[in-house]
Amino acid sequence: MQEHSLSWVPTAPVGISRAQQIALALGAAGALLLLVVWAAGRAIAPVPTLLLSFGLMAAGVGWFIREEYLKQPVGIYNNGVWFRSLTARGVWAWLLGVWLTGFYVCLYWFPEYLRGLIALFSPLSQWLRARPADQWFVYGTLYTAAVLLMGIKFLFKYRHNAYQRWRTLSVVFFQLGFAWLLPGLLVRLQQPELYFSYFWPLSYYQGTPMAYHSYARSDLGLFYFFFGLGMFFIATPILTYFWGKRWYCSWVCGCGGLAETAGDPFRHLSDKSLRAWKIERWMIYSVLVFAVLTTALLWANEFAGRGLLRQLSEPFYKVYGFLIGAAFSGVVGVGFYPLLGSRVWCRFGCPMAAWLGIWQRKKSRFRITTNGGQCISCGNCSTYCEMGIDVRAYAQRGEDILRASCVGCGICSAVCPRGVLRLEASETAVR
Amino acid sequence: MFFSSFSLILNSELCRVPYNAALLRIMQIVIVGNGVAGVTAARHIRKRSDCAILLLSDECDYFFSRTALMYVYMGHMRAQDLKPYPDDFWPKNRLDRLRARVERIDFAARRLFTSDGREVAYDRLILATGSVPNKFGWPGQDLAGVQGLYHWQDLESMERYSRGLQRAVIVGGGLIGIEMAEMFCSRGIPVTFLVRESSFWNIVLPPEESAMVNRCIRSHGVDLRLQTELREILPDAYGRCRAVRTVQGEEIPCDFVGLAVGVRPNVDFLRGGPLEIERGILVDEYLRTNQPHVYAIGDCAELRRPPAGRRPIEAVWYTARAMGQTVAHTICGQPTPYDPGIWFNSAKFFDIEYQTYGNVPPTLPAEQETLYWEHPNGRKSIRINYDRASGAVQGFNLMGVRYRQAVCEAWLRQQTPIEIVLQYLGDANFDPEFYPQHEAELVALYCRKTGKNLSLRRSRSATGWKKYLRV
Repeated sequence: MQEHSLSWVPTAPVGISRAQQIALALGAAGALLLLVVWAAGRAIAPVPTLLLSFGLMAAGVGWFIREEYLKQPVGIYNNGVWFRSLTARGVWAWLLGVWLTGFYVCLYWFPEYLRGLIALFSPLSQWLRARPADQWFVYGTLYTAAVLLMGIKFLFKYRHNAYQRWRTLSVVFFQLGFAWLLPGLLVRLQQPELYFSYFWPLSYYQGTPMAYHSYARSDLGLFYFFFGLGMFFIATPILTYFWGKRWYCSWVCGCGGLAETAGDPFRHLSDKSLRAWKIERWMIYSVLVFAVLTTALLWANEFAGRGLLRQLSEPFYKVYGFLIGAAFSGVVGVGFYPLLGSRVWCRFGCPMAAWLGIWQRKKSRFRITTNGGQCISCGNCSTYCEMGIDVRAYAQRGEDILRASCVGCGICSAVCPRGVLRLEASETAVR
Repeated sequence: MFFSSFSLILNSELCRVPYNAALLRIMQIVIVGNGVAGVTAARHIRKRSDCAILLLSDECDYFFSRTALMYVYMGHMRAQDLKPYPDDFWPKNRLDRLRARVERIDFAARRLFTSDGREVAYDRLILATGSVPNKFGWPGQDLAGVQGLYHWQDLESMERYSRGLQRAVIVGGGLIGIEMAEMFCSRGIPVTFLVRESSFWNIVLPPEESAMVNRCIRSHGVDLRLQTELREILPDAYGRCRAVRTVQGEEIPCDFVGLAVGVRPNVDFLRGGPLEIERGILVDEYLRTNQPHVYAIGDCAELRRPPAGRRPIEAVWYTARAMGQTVAHTICGQPTPYDPGIWFNSAKFFDIEYQTYGNVPPTLPAEQETLYWEHPNGRKSIRINYDRASGAVQGFNLMGVRYRQAVCEAWLRQQTPIEIVLQYLGDANFDPEFYPQHEAELVALYCRKTGKNLSLRRSRSATGWKKYLRV
């Protein structure tokens, strides 16, 4: 391959039909409506506007499914992924990136600019939670809608693959039920707003003394606090031993849920280089240490009579919240989907993933096995690994893939044209 | 620029020194061709020795996965994603690369001459020149817009001709032909697929599997013409193809013709010399040619005495890789005969995966019996062939179902009786979790056929976590 050939410019149409363009435009119109409300700063007729916006997006997704997936036999079609502007870091990808990033910046630091959207979502919030919306309700609802709509799209894309079907149903269920409906209903019932699908340290607030004092006001809250600790210290090692970290990362977690559904069109953009792997290992364990240290300092401060360590623990907590909680997991993690791929946060930043990864690497029955000498080194597995694992490097040597970062999404196995890869969670005895 | 450490030795003393361990460190090994055979040889020689290794190629600077070329055209992957090793792999392992075309080899002087006037001396030479697409002398076969698909350059040219393409005609019912059809389908370019045989690839696939692929091809909107042969390719005023005419006399307008009628060893530049060549370069079981210190591996090698049941030339990724590994042992002082093991192969026909282990001929031999199960949706099948007298399994054919190579190989090697295999068939299933398992249906089919009363004792991966649940 000569240098000039490294950029491959297709000369013929790459398979995005007029009908698909209309479908995408329809979905984009729904999103644009939100943008208009966002920019206007107020919502006129919020209920019809919101219905119209979601309706347009749903129609766009539905039509896209029909054009892209239902008009051909079932199978893997990543046709034109590296040619299309939106999925190959083109102009559309940058526009989407800027739009998402802008939203996150407003959400975390300038919520006053989200007044229009908050007004727009207030009727829905009243219906579910019996109270007006705030920016977090707007965020949670948009997030859930993205997981739901793009999850349906994913289900049709991989409708021939039973593993992908069950996994996607699971993440959509947990997002919709445990991260949207249940917290909303709890608020309605005058209970604390609890997210049973997130645990400390991913949700870093949950392990702090502030959280404890807040939760301790109700029995349910107290249960929740210890439930979270139990998930971290007891359930994680056990479940990861049996099934690998995927029991959480690609079946339950909301961050994973968004990555696997809305982020799926961007999964191939992850960096597969050795350098990226080195950065990953430094970074993710540093964040885990940072999270543990921050929480420990807060508790030390708590026990030391809230004076001694205050000067140390509070800045730690604030810096962690700003750098990791908002800038990394939100702005970079999701805002950069179209540029860096869908799992940047999960791979480089998530302290929960770091913890799960340690157990997966050291004490788990989970691995990806390779089928004898069948690998043809084609590279589909590595290309479509959202975690940037160079799967091919193992597969072509006939080695099992045992990596701390693997979230067990199973796409490498799905895209392999020779049936070489299999996710396994058992000692595989070959007679 | 690829000449990082390799020196051109014009009058090597080493040539006359017999092999010894010290020599291995300074020996110059030249490999012509950087496909999977040549690169595998280079890697395994490097694992065992410190000698200088030079890979020559006129095709490309870096090794890439030839079998994956189609995915670049289809936009699944970028060109750089085809490279199985990162670019720093080569300097790190001191594998030198030279982009040059070998014109002539002086076997007596142990020297290669390249088309740009270089001389390269060798102590050991490995010829891994691969294949070239077949052309059978059809009128118009050299027109613009008529080509095969094998080299990187073929892909580039296919891309160039795709601009404004109205219809492509693919000739040849094999693996490359169906790949080309899939490639054009991914761009929405209409395809007419001419297959000489009465059913796709029925020189390899039994009738049921072949029929399944026919259906699959048609379901993708390809105009599949069975029992249709090419007579000639017709030019337009600019020297580009404008149509093909079949033997039956039908004229099919098209502006691209893909010739996918198999490949032949890329050895023409070596003919007429002392190297013994028939269809390919003749080699013994140690992959040695008739010239001293010269070996041939991969597609270009023809085995003088192929193992029982194997062909003298097998242009397959897996055999190329195995040969590369074997020759590395031999060159590094551990003479090893080439043993391809139990035959296996795999492919993907549009969206139907195919795996085969052992011996499943297209027509059932008299001494064999076959057990064939097909899913009602017509997109999955499992076939097990076994010996009529002893019941020993002979081969597996899987369509749309994945089986473990290690398990199938063990059964084949041990000549395990079909009834044992059937009862433990779940051990071989390699489909992803949650996939429906069809082994019980196969057992039931066997019982219906024979009147026996067997049942499936193992389902997929039952040895693992279920055992834990019982505790």
